[in-house]
Amino acid sequence: MPLYVSDKQIVLPGGDAVATRDYNVSGSIYWDGDVAYSAVVGLINIRGGERDVEVIPLSGIYKPRVGGDIVIGYVVDIGLTGWVIDIKSPYSAYLPVQEATLKPIDLTAVDLKNLLGIGDIVLARIIDFNLTKDYPVTLTLKETRLGRIEGGTLVEIDASKVARVIGRRGSMVSIFSEELNCDVTVGQNGRVWIRCRDPGG
Amino acid sequence: MPLLVNGKRSDGRLPNEHRPVRMEVGVINNAEGSALVAYGNTVILAAVYGPREVPQKHLELPDKAILRVRYHMAPFSTSEGRKSPTPSRREIEISKVIRTALEPVIILERFPRTTIDVYIEVLQADGSTRVTGITAASLALADAGIPMRDLLVGVSIGKVSGTIVVDLNQLEDQYGEGDMPLAIMYGRGLITLMQADGEWTPAEVNQALDLAFKAAEQIYRLEKETLKSKYVEPSMSLVI
Repeated sequence: MPLYVSDKQIVLPGGDAVATRDYNVSGSIYWDGDVAYSAVVGLINIRGGERDVEVIPLSGIYKPRVGGDIVIGYVVDIGLTGWVIDIKSPYSAYLPVQEATLKPIDLTAVDLKNLLGIGDIVLARIIDFNLTKDYPVTLTLKETRLGRIEGGTLVEIDASKVARVIGRRGSMVSIFSEELNCDVTVGQNGRVWIRCRDPGG
Repeated sequence: MPLLVNGKRSDGRLPNEHRPVRMEVGVINNAEGSALVAYGNTVILAAVYGPREVPQKHLELPDKAILRVRYHMAPFSTSEGRKSPTPSRREIEISKVIRTALEPVIILERFPRTTIDVYIEVLQADGSTRVTGITAASLALADAGIPMRDLLVGVSIGKVSGTIVVDLNQLEDQYGEGDMPLAIMYGRGLITLMQADGEWTPAEVNQALDLAFKAAEQIYRLEKETLKSKYVEPSMSLVI
C-alpha cells in the first residue's frame, strides 16, 4: 500500500496525501477515509524501517503536553494560593503553593510575593494539563534544577523549532554547551536559557 | 461605458483571464502568520494571531477553538475619497461571510477553549476584495502553522454584457449584470463559499464553476509555491 511522500519532503495542508493506514502516521495530520493528509506546512520524517511517518510542523504555537514537559515561564499574577505563569501558550498555567516549595507553607503567615514576584522567571515542569480547569496547565518546581532562574540570557525561539535545537537525544544542545562553555536549558515552550560560567570569555 | 468590446474587457483582459496574482507570506513579525496578496490592483494584507486565550470567557467553546474574522478597508483603499475607518454594515457582513468560508477548512477541534483571530485589511480596492481576502487569510493561517484540511482559494466570477468572466475589477463589479464570489478548497475539490447576485441560468452557473476551478488551479499552485519557498534554501546556482 502506498506511501506518498519521501523523507525530508516539505508537505502542505490538504492536497498532499501522506500515507495510508498501513503506516504509522503521526504528527500534524488528519485522516480522510484511509488516507492521511498533512494539516500543516511540515517536514516529513520517516523512521523505523520506513514504517513510521511523521509530519513535523514548521511553525506554530506551543501546545502543552501532559508528558512532563519542562518549560520556562514568567510570573504574571499572584493569587491567594499560587502564581499565574505565562508559558507562551494559549493555555494559562498555574503554580500552586504546595508545588513551589518542599517545606509546607502557612498561607496566613507568608506573603507569596516574597517567594516569587511578578516578572520572576521560573523553570518548571508540567504535571497536569486539564482543559476543564480555569488554568488548564499545572506546574511544579519540586525537582532538582527546577525553580526560579537568575542570571544568564533568555532567548525566545519558535516552539516548533525546539526539537531542532535539542537534536537527536540532546546531541545539538550538548554541542551548544561544549562550544559555548555555557549551560543551555531548553524549555519545550520555545524559551532557551543560556548561562555562561565565564561571561568575559 | 461598454464593459466588453470585441471580446476584450475594460482593462484589456479576455473573459477567462485572471489578473496577475502576487503573493508573499511572513510579512508581519508580530503576527503568528501573515500574507500579502494582490489580484491586479486589489491589494490585501492578512494577519493571523493565535490560537490564543479568548479574552471574553463566555465566548470560548469547550470542544473547539472559535474563529474571529475582521475584514476591514483602510481609509486610503478606495479611489473615491476617504473611506470612514468605522466598520460599515457591509464590512461586518463580509467578515461573517469570510469566517463561515474559513471555518470548514480549519481543524478547530485541535485547540479547544482558544480563539484564532484573522485580520484582513484591504490596502487597495479594485473589485473582488472578499475573495482576495480569503486567499490571503488562507495563506496567513497556513503560515501560522494552524492545522487545516486544505488551502483555500478565493475566485470571483461575474457576468458582463451577457458573458461570464473571471476575476471582476471595480468597474465590472459596479456595472456588471451579476457577480459570484467563490471560495474553493482546490486540493479536495470542495466549495466553502458561494454567493451570487444578478440573474443566472443553471447553464451559466455551471460555466461559472468551470471557469472558477480553472482559475483556482493556478492560484492554488502559486499558494503552494509561496509557502514552500519560505523554507527552501535559495538556489546556489548563481554562486561561481
